[in-house]
Amino acid sequence: MENILQDVDAVIDQWGAKPESLLQIMLDVNHHFNYLPRESIVRIAERLRMPVSQVYSVATFFKVFSLTPRGRTIVHVCTGTACHVKGAPKLLDRMKQDLGLDPGETTEDLALTLETVNCVGACASAPVVVVNGETYSEVTPNKMAALVKEIKEQSA
Amino acid sequence: MERLKSIQDLDALRQQIIERRKHIRKRIRVCNGTGCHSQGAERLVDAFNRALEERGVARDYLVVPTGCNGFCAAGPIVVIEPQEVFYQRVKPDQVEAIIERSVLADEVIEELLYVDPTTGERIVHEYEIPFFAKQERLVFKDTGTNFVTDIDDYISRGGYSALAKVLSGMSPEEVIEEVKLSGLRGRGGGGFPAGVKWESCRRAHGDIKYVMCNADEGDPGAYMDRSLLEGNPHQVLEGMIIGAYAIGAREGYIYVRFEYPMAVKNALWAIEQAKQYGLLGDNILGTSFSLDIHVNRGAGAFICGESTALMASLEGKVGEPRGKHIHTVEKGLWNRPSNLNNVETWANVPLIINNGGAWYASIGTERSKGTKIFSLVGKINNTGLVEVAMGTPLRTIIYDIGGGIPAGRRFKAVQTGGPSGGCVPERLIDLPVDFEKLKEAGSMMGSGGMIVMDEETCMVDVARYFLNFLVEESCGKCIPCRVGVKRMHELVVGMCEGRARPGDIEKLEELCYAIQETALCGLGKSAPNPVLSTLQYFRDEYDAHVHEKKCPAKICKPLIQYVIDTDKCTGCGLCRRRCPENAIIGAKKECHCIDEELCVRCGICIESCKFKAIYIE
Repeated sequence: MENILQDVDAVIDQWGAKPESLLQIMLDVNHHFNYLPRESIVRIAERLRMPVSQVYSVATFFKVFSLTPRGRTIVHVCTGTACHVKGAPKLLDRMKQDLGLDPGETTEDLALTLETVNCVGACASAPVVVVNGETYSEVTPNKMAALVKEIKEQSA
Repeated sequence: MERLKSIQDLDALRQQIIERRKHIRKRIRVCNGTGCHSQGAERLVDAFNRALEERGVARDYLVVPTGCNGFCAAGPIVVIEPQEVFYQRVKPDQVEAIIERSVLADEVIEELLYVDPTTGERIVHEYEIPFFAKQERLVFKDTGTNFVTDIDDYISRGGYSALAKVLSGMSPEEVIEEVKLSGLRGRGGGGFPAGVKWESCRRAHGDIKYVMCNADEGDPGAYMDRSLLEGNPHQVLEGMIIGAYAIGAREGYIYVRFEYPMAVKNALWAIEQAKQYGLLGDNILGTSFSLDIHVNRGAGAFICGESTALMASLEGKVGEPRGKHIHTVEKGLWNRPSNLNNVETWANVPLIINNGGAWYASIGTERSKGTKIFSLVGKINNTGLVEVAMGTPLRTIIYDIGGGIPAGRRFKAVQTGGPSGGCVPERLIDLPVDFEKLKEAGSMMGSGGMIVMDEETCMVDVARYFLNFLVEESCGKCIPCRVGVKRMHELVVGMCEGRARPGDIEKLEELCYAIQETALCGLGKSAPNPVLSTLQYFRDEYDAHVHEKKCPAKICKPLIQYVIDTDKCTGCGLCRRRCPENAIIGAKKECHCIDEELCVRCGICIESCKFKAIYIE
């Protein structure tokens, strides 16, 4: 708990405790912990002198924030239009088959979270999957299965 | 870096940079745009640098990690200058050969050249490739040849000369007049004349004003703003600085999606470098004009591309739009006069100032001036970013530049304008593409995404896709969008799943018109467009889904069946072993068949069959 608050404070200090920094602070905290711990939301509200409800509303409004812990690796399947027409739904079907995951769900061992993203702007390489900031291009269901297997093995 | 204190300082610096680089014999351009990057371009840059150092010639040849070249289908791309020899799909183990044969010597490596799919000929030079030859690259000219992370490179190409011109003798009103004369219209989707917007913002009362750059490029399938901000951030910055001068702003924001980490990074260093040279910050180029620009990241909300939602988000609030009866040029960010333009719009500004508004107005059509960058993606051979003059026929874009549809399939439609736009069908292939013509065709320009669809794309599924997107992305503030779009989605899903009843199409249409008239913001009002345009041109497909319970494109799973051709099946058993549902039965060396009850229509069997014995009915 102490540690969490220390880290949150460090982020707030970096951006300055101003209302206009709210989103930037929350992005960094969310990235740091892989989600927004309950304590962090309260702390941000205190330091920025705004109601907890405002921080909470921003946290639930934007897609990137999670209020529950997510997997160590987050697999983003792009579902932009170009990826959609080039077979992104098949990648999601394969994940459902192999891991039993729907988008937004995490494996029980917290190894991996499956998420979708509305276009990462790499449309020429569609369909694409982003893992830890690395973009994989022209992914097929088989490539996807191999990629996930690799992640699970590394994580174990 | 020393701060530049006058326009003369900038000119002197430019001469110095050019002088300093005279000894460079060849430049090795390695595209580092998003597409090439995802295919390992960074490793190529390292490999080239290492190879040059090992040979002790790193001073004579320069490896240039460039912004997006545009021809993403050929990535990773390497171009050797000055000859402009174009190598495609380059791998790190080919670097040695390129250095030896094409850099140190003047040979051309045949196997790395681009092959024209129509003639089968190998093409040596970049400018000869049809994809480039038919384009008119103005805004996107330097992205793809520049050294992205080097402000000196930008300055040596004449960068910041437009800013110098403005500061050395143009009044803010003159700048606005020039932009008005150019006829530049907002490239983000609305198409509002930029000069008129600037003028209203300049005239608005208030000491503190803001300029903003909308880089929240949320339209799925569009990535030109990403490539511009990533690949040539100084051009965008220069446009913003000129805009701020014209409007009278001292502070600016770039609002960029967090999904574009490289754009964030490149915008930040560009600002840092510009500040060090005194091109940003206090007393720019020794004048009394000062400006600060900040970069703010979005957090994954499509609606934040809408101007009022973007400003709310900048203020640290939930990104909900408000009614537009109060104009943002008068009361925008923190209720102060604010001017928001899109990345591409800002990038046009230096060109207009340098070459004059009249020059700019001579390009394009009567009411749509200049060029437009489109992202040509989907079922097309030459995927990538293309810049053409407004009014270029769709046929030129799809066939001459885009190289047509892969695998000899038929072109069916092109989707433009993202979730606010619509589909333009094959019979309008000769449509000149500009703001007006696209609107007349029931679509819109949007930010410039062009998603090409072939005969294997189901138009009802496309409508379902966009509705699903809009349901997820609706901010929930107004009922027509929050509830109405959800009801539309339910109806269309029903069609795709074979549950639709007669009369559903009419119900869907009625909802479309109601939402168009009553939604709060532009995105809500335009939400029915994907449905209306597909209904307009592909009503027969809707009819087939509703009345015959059939999907003509064979995409909607509940309406199709996988069947094994008894003549072609050899009974090899591969599909039976691969099928995750054990839905395929049959003895060895005998014809197999699929149990329709168990089949989940995943398509693994079709992918694995070597005899093409499985088809969809």
